[in-house]
Amino acid sequence: MTRKLLLENDHIEGIRSYDVYRKNGGYRSVEKALKKMSPDDIVEEVKKSGLRGRGGAGFPTGMKWSFLAKPDGVPRHLLCNADESEPGTFKDRYLMERIPHLLIEGMIVSSFALGANQSYIYIRGEYMYVLQILEKAIQEAYANGWLGKNILGSGFDLDLAVAPGAGAYICGEETALIESLEGKRGNPRMKPPFPAVKGLWQRPTVVNNVETIAAVVPIVNDGGDEYAKIGIGRSTGTKLISASGNINKPGVYEIDLGVSVEEFLYSDQYCGGMKNGKKLKACVPGGSSVPILPHFLVCKTATGTDRLMTYESLSEGGFESGSMLGSGGFIVYDEDQCIVRNTWNFARFYHHESCGQCSPCREGTGWMKKVLHNIEIGKGKMEDIDLLWDIQSKIEGNTICPLGDAAAWPVAAAIRHFREEFEWHVKEPSLSQTQNYGLISEKSFVTESV
Amino acid sequence: MSEDAKIKVTIDGKTIEVAPGTTILNAARQIGGDVVPPAMCYYSSLEGSGGKCRTCLVEVSKGSEKDPRPMPKLVVSCSTMVMDGMEVKNTSSERVLDARKGVVEFLLINHPLDCPVCDQAGECHLQDLAFEHGLSKTRYEFKRREFDKVDIGEYIKLHMTRCILCYRCVYTANQLTDSREHGVLKRGDAAEIGTFIEKNLKNDFIGNVIDVCPVGALTDKTFRFRSRVWYTKPVDAHCECTKCSGNAVLWMIGDEISRVTARKDAYGEVKEFICNECRFDKKDKNQWTIEGPRKISRHSVISANHYSKEIPKHTTLLNKA
Repeated sequence: MTRKLLLENDHIEGIRSYDVYRKNGGYRSVEKALKKMSPDDIVEEVKKSGLRGRGGAGFPTGMKWSFLAKPDGVPRHLLCNADESEPGTFKDRYLMERIPHLLIEGMIVSSFALGANQSYIYIRGEYMYVLQILEKAIQEAYANGWLGKNILGSGFDLDLAVAPGAGAYICGEETALIESLEGKRGNPRMKPPFPAVKGLWQRPTVVNNVETIAAVVPIVNDGGDEYAKIGIGRSTGTKLISASGNINKPGVYEIDLGVSVEEFLYSDQYCGGMKNGKKLKACVPGGSSVPILPHFLVCKTATGTDRLMTYESLSEGGFESGSMLGSGGFIVYDEDQCIVRNTWNFARFYHHESCGQCSPCREGTGWMKKVLHNIEIGKGKMEDIDLLWDIQSKIEGNTICPLGDAAAWPVAAAIRHFREEFEWHVKEPSLSQTQNYGLISEKSFVTESV
Repeated sequence: MSEDAKIKVTIDGKTIEVAPGTTILNAARQIGGDVVPPAMCYYSSLEGSGGKCRTCLVEVSKGSEKDPRPMPKLVVSCSTMVMDGMEVKNTSSERVLDARKGVVEFLLINHPLDCPVCDQAGECHLQDLAFEHGLSKTRYEFKRREFDKVDIGEYIKLHMTRCILCYRCVYTANQLTDSREHGVLKRGDAAEIGTFIEKNLKNDFIGNVIDVCPVGALTDKTFRFRSRVWYTKPVDAHCECTKCSGNAVLWMIGDEISRVTARKDAYGEVKEFICNECRFDKKDKNQWTIEGPRKISRHSVISANHYSKEIPKHTTLLNKA
């Protein structure tokens, strides 16, 4: 049975308010951290816990924190990335909406660990109602002495503010987030210098995902070693997964990293199996940016071992036969879904969200969208499939920020695994407007990868 | 390391010693010749420029003497600093040439390719880039992006359709002048250079946006459609000016000054920016002291104008008779 760390008190009525949250053990970690621990102790605990960034890239948080430059007399900042905009990912919204104080508690402890006295939560503009929830919670925290000057008499000052974005996916990229927070156009910066050296207002800055910061709370409460006991290998702790698509029970689930994909997909505790008894066709396990997996690679890897919900197992086989845990946006497709249409939909999203700063992404995303649309509406040509492959390969790795990669990967994976469906769309332009292709054959993958 | 210590970098097999903190692109420019990657957005005198167009991508096959691992991705040479012992591949790398071909294709898919009517033709960096690295046909079958032409200054025409969004003019306007009046609006392939509220850019140095523009998106209205650049003869000249250095290039048609620009170096970069008065108003030859013909690369189409002989008249049958 999975032990919940973040959503443990989710079922308690009124947990959104300060009083109920506090009564159920809230802000214990702040008391422990500020009274009994030094900032370095906390960084050490986070390192021990093996916590990895929950925003998508999975970079070890403790290591990120230890990279933070600490020049004398220069203020440092902690930014919380709540610009969750990836199609298929909605875990942060759930967490902030239900238990806003957990995030604030995590922000206080993390800011203390990093020596930041002014921290920000950058939230996407579309989450305006969540922003109001957070602002109310911050007010409550100020009123009860958890924020402001000299918290708990420790001499540590912290001001926390929420800043809304204006509706741009790109502002979830950390340097674009910083630009946006500074009041500029949300264009990603060139790296180096990295934010850990020159971030917000050219000061050392750490940017962490909502879930990452929330996970610091149980790590401080129970210790890093205790946290590291959950999970397998380098994937430790619990992870929030936003499950959506053709499943019986879509929603946000907190899982132990290491649960098998099969269990997650079919057990009643989680997704509850495919809706209406349909067959599984494909799955995007980590939000729209990660490669899509065909049905025969979802529960088993290419080598025949069970696929687990861990960073390593989901990426086993590289992009040839694997995917990524990403931000945990678990999208499930049944046999009635059209992969071409889905790929076009994703491409449309990335085209809309490209900032337009560097040429491969600005021009390539729109081009891919247009070619995919032609194939989808039955006007595609056979060479369009190779053209798409060529465009995505010219974008991937050649852009300033990872948005270019995120736009290229779903297209690449769809063609890699579902080429026969794309070809069918081209060969049967009128039939493809009224029917779906159904499952692809397992053979097509084997020939592709050789 | 002392201040004048030099570090070694090898680009396409050619080794040079440069000062620490030099970018790969600038190290390549010190070597010169074929090893220099093309740059559409980088401009050495503009702070923050570079990294956007991705034409200067190179492969780092050896990181440095200390850490010889190659860099996994291609890097932009305009903003990547050299390390001691670094080995870089530009034209000797298939990956680089392939990626660059891709970038050129991306830059061209929404470019109108209206070179026959474009004032920049002949001195256009995109034209040179496409000639060198591009394909002779397009694979793009969709409608190209189009914008209306806008007057963004008394003498400056913005033709956004041709723009490749290098951001050079934005940096120029920000860094050369006091007020920040124009920037990039919208995003993705809908992004455009603009002043948001339609107004003219008025300050003494705004004309320099024309010189920094690598394509024909920003053009000089006093010169628009007057002549092809290769029919004009460039001469170096200077004048007494209180606002700028007064060092400029006059582009002559006969005895008339058709336009005035700043002096550009071998990489098309202006070293001394000139003021609007020199650029737009001093069109009388008597206001200038002419120094002599401007040196133009012999590969440039502009040099084609230097005829040494008179063109023989065609003899026709009628003449013979």
